[in-house]
Amino acid sequence: MDIRTTGGAATDAEMAAVDGLLGKPESLWEGGERRPADDHVGYGGRAVRSQRHMLLPVLHSIQDRVGWVSRGALEYACRRLSIPPAEAYGVVSFYARFGREPRGEKAVHVCDDIVCMLAGAKAEHGVPCLGLCDRAPATLTERYGEAYTAEQTAHESPQFAGAKLLRRAGVVDPESLDSYRSHGGFEPLRRARQMGPATVIQKVTEAGLLGRGGAAFPTGRKWESVAKEPARPHYLVCNADESETGTFKDRVLMENDPFALVEGMAIAALATGCEKGYVYIRDEYPLARRRVGNAIAQAREAGLLEIDVEVRRGAGAYICGEETALFNSIEGKRGEPRNKPPFPVQVGLFGKPTLVNNVETLFNVLDIVNGDFGNTRLFCVSGHVDAAGVYEVPMGTPLRTLLRQAGARDVQAVLLGGAAGSFLTPDQFDVPLSFEGVRAIGATLGSGAVIVFDETADMKQVMLRIARFFRDESCGQCVPCRVGTKRQEEILERMFQKPNNDGQADVALLSDIAQAMRDASICGLGQTAANAIASGLTQLKVLNSG
Amino acid sequence: MFGAGGGTSSYEEAEHTDVIFLWGSNARETHPIFFHHVLRGVRNGAKLFAVDPRRTGSAEWADVWLGIDVGSDIALANAMARVIINEGLADTKFIDSATTGFDEFATCVEEYTLERAEKETGVPASAIREVALAYGQARTGMICWTLGITEHHNATDNVLALINLGLLTGKVGRYGCGLNPLRGQNNVQGGGDMGAIPARLPGFQDLEIPDLHDKFSRAWGGAAFPRKKGWHLSEMFEAMERGDLRSLYIVGENPARSEADQGRAVRLLTGLDHLVVQDIFLTHTAELAHVVLPAAAGWAESEGTVTNSERRVQRVRRALDPPPGARDDVEIICEMAGRLGADWGQPSAEQVWDECRSLSPMHAGMAYHRLDELGGIQWPCPDETHPGTQFLHARLWQDPVEGPLAPFFAVEHDPPVDRLTDEFPIRLTTGRRLDSFNTGVQTNEYTSPLRKGEALVISPEDGARLGVEDGECVSASSRRGSVEVNVRFDHTMRPGLAFMTLHFPDQVATNVLTIDATDPKSGTAEFKASAIRIDKIDSSPPVGKYPAKPGDGAAAST
Repeated sequence: MDIRTTGGAATDAEMAAVDGLLGKPESLWEGGERRPADDHVGYGGRAVRSQRHMLLPVLHSIQDRVGWVSRGALEYACRRLSIPPAEAYGVVSFYARFGREPRGEKAVHVCDDIVCMLAGAKAEHGVPCLGLCDRAPATLTERYGEAYTAEQTAHESPQFAGAKLLRRAGVVDPESLDSYRSHGGFEPLRRARQMGPATVIQKVTEAGLLGRGGAAFPTGRKWESVAKEPARPHYLVCNADESETGTFKDRVLMENDPFALVEGMAIAALATGCEKGYVYIRDEYPLARRRVGNAIAQAREAGLLEIDVEVRRGAGAYICGEETALFNSIEGKRGEPRNKPPFPVQVGLFGKPTLVNNVETLFNVLDIVNGDFGNTRLFCVSGHVDAAGVYEVPMGTPLRTLLRQAGARDVQAVLLGGAAGSFLTPDQFDVPLSFEGVRAIGATLGSGAVIVFDETADMKQVMLRIARFFRDESCGQCVPCRVGTKRQEEILERMFQKPNNDGQADVALLSDIAQAMRDASICGLGQTAANAIASGLTQLKVLNSG
Repeated sequence: MFGAGGGTSSYEEAEHTDVIFLWGSNARETHPIFFHHVLRGVRNGAKLFAVDPRRTGSAEWADVWLGIDVGSDIALANAMARVIINEGLADTKFIDSATTGFDEFATCVEEYTLERAEKETGVPASAIREVALAYGQARTGMICWTLGITEHHNATDNVLALINLGLLTGKVGRYGCGLNPLRGQNNVQGGGDMGAIPARLPGFQDLEIPDLHDKFSRAWGGAAFPRKKGWHLSEMFEAMERGDLRSLYIVGENPARSEADQGRAVRLLTGLDHLVVQDIFLTHTAELAHVVLPAAAGWAESEGTVTNSERRVQRVRRALDPPPGARDDVEIICEMAGRLGADWGQPSAEQVWDECRSLSPMHAGMAYHRLDELGGIQWPCPDETHPGTQFLHARLWQDPVEGPLAPFFAVEHDPPVDRLTDEFPIRLTTGRRLDSFNTGVQTNEYTSPLRKGEALVISPEDGARLGVEDGECVSASSRRGSVEVNVRFDHTMRPGLAFMTLHFPDQVATNVLTIDATDPKSGTAEFKASAIRIDKIDSSPPVGKYPAKPGDGAAAST
């Protein structure tokens, strides 16, 4: 394993943080004290290395306790898990949320992403979108120590409205299984058990449900593929790494109706034969994490959950919303996407057939099993509106209707789909918000983010922020994206700084870079990193010639 | 094995086997290329077991590390065999049809109970049993070893004990099974195959068999060369001591630094009437020589072949001209023959090889163009239509077996010659590290970020007991001599065990401490087991950690 020490020694608090998760080391070889038997025998190898997936939880545990990940703490973690420290350091440095310098007992993370920027947020070391755009400007405040806490900028009033997926939100007690059951909870799971897996899959397929995470893949087809894979075990992963700028619908669902997510996962696992489930929740959502964890525990205790479901914390990497990067993250590695094929339905988490579904997608399954599918869609409206929040509307609702509902005035532009989406201008606001409707005008619904800009917004700053976002979040694994996102930001800065530049040469250059990223990046991040910039340059009046 | 003189398996098979033993081998550091194949095997699901007194980098990869006391390998192997027999895991069909001597062997190992093995090896009985069962139950399995097995006074018995395990479970002569000594250089195997051992002619053919001797004699124009085997290295030094050996011609060896009991080795070399050294470096041995013949490097400056641990003969090509004055080994030897009155001409490497092929049946089919086309060929390869042999001894699975059966040898535990006493209570074992090679002739000229110079590696517990600090200079003494050396604490060492390398002989003459107790059959000295004492040097001035000393290539990085 070549565990070469760098000389750091873990403090007692750091060791306690690791041991709290992994248990006390049983031998010298696991990082403990020398026992007589350790002189002549050591067990390890596969048994220890199979714990690799615990690396991120261990790193979180260390940071929660002491505020950062020191070399000594890392080395102890490596000894416990039999990971070369150099490799583990590569993991620590990959994730933005892990600190590599000492911090005080408290840290306030200030969002300076698009929506919070519109609300006046400025920060020297700002963080990307915290998914709190309904209450911008937003912060996340952490207090490290034995009693770690993380606190998000609070609600002023409920910021969601919907009749189907959101019908229980704000109505049920999100911490009470009984409350959820009294609103029909776990009835769909009962029905699904009666129907059997094949019928459930058939119903999902017939409903024509498309994935709500952004890629809009037919859910039924995915379920069917996983169900028929002979390799075992099958894994279920709920992708709750909602990191797309301006997107917070999954947070609202998880915070307000967490049992429904657990039930949706139980049905998905039942239908596709998954033996183990993970909910991968972005680290910036401490309340959602707590409530989903609580819901899993209560459901399990009540005997409603047949499979083991585990909550996993992201660590501040947008790329981990990409499903194969997410697998690597759960496996304790850098969140770098894998090549596809093989696709996750065949070779996914831990190399096994894996079903990955977004939170909103799984919510829809409950209604489908109940024979009550509404085909609604959640939109996260934020920016220059009176009432930012999550709006549930029927698929195909015109954008203009949604904007009116949220109270948008003097709109200059809308960014639909987040940083990976595209800018729309008022002449396009009659577009019906359906997958086909927006595709017709070259846009995408993406994650359902709708960021509204009125006439006062400095669109050059917005575009620069998007460019910076992608440059920051590119995982750096493949060249077109690593270099392309950097060049894109540089060129954009240059264009916007030169007062007498009509920018045509640079527009052509950006277009070339965009083409290279689209063609040659291995994952969606690189492939879409130029979309918003390109649409901004054609749709918005940001160039002097325009 | 079984008279074949080479590992039985291919590297590839390590990737597809169920169990891999690294026995007395820290392959992670000393055979890193082979270890890549091991790791692929591990990733494919193989169980890895490491048998080594130290918990090495290889052992960290292992499912179970058996930290035996130095020199107790036979006790461990025999106890494993007993478990395998008593649990009914012996391959009786294979034993009956393909082997001899089983009954005597079974009687011998019956004495090696788990309790006795725990006492001799220090390894808990439960772990021995677990590993024995895993090997016995596995469909396929390989045992690989290195100097931890062979640098002992009973080296050959150690090897036989491992071979017994392979025969007992039928894990030889099949794909994914085998018994493999890992070779320390790219061409150790080739050196032996070409007859650079006292009893063999090229092609591992026995010098003392008259027909074989006659075949070579005829081919070499009736040359009258000895019919009796010569001396191996240790015997040569004994002969020097007796005065029977007065002139020595050394090609590519540095015995003034690599021999056990270095003081004696240098004294004997210095006392020779005539010493010729042929090498690519002016080694310490060359400095003692009357004549030094500068040679071209075997790699990149010469044409020829090398043979690796999987018996694969491969071409090496000349890419550079050697420095002025340095000449190819073939050229030097032929020139020497000329001066001695025999005209051997100026053959090319290929001509020499073709002569070898004409006399060595196992190389007969390996024409240069075939070595090129096939990316090397594994011997035996008897003719030019033969693809080479992936693994040896498949014949043992024929019914009935053609040729001689494979013998069991009953071998007994025999602890190291250099006994531990109150005066010399610490077991010193020697070995090698990733970034250095043997006496450092080829490696100390370049720096390595890993290289920290020589040190006496001991457990922190022993350091505390001796009242020394990590990095402090101490005196280490054996029954043969003393050296001053800095200690280095390492928690992978157990109390009572110390480790040194021989990479930095100018800094610390490790072989002043080692014992030249030699295995009579292989001629290898017991480098792996000396008894030493460690003394604090009271007048020792305070020193930093691992201060740079002459010959310490890592001076800049420490």
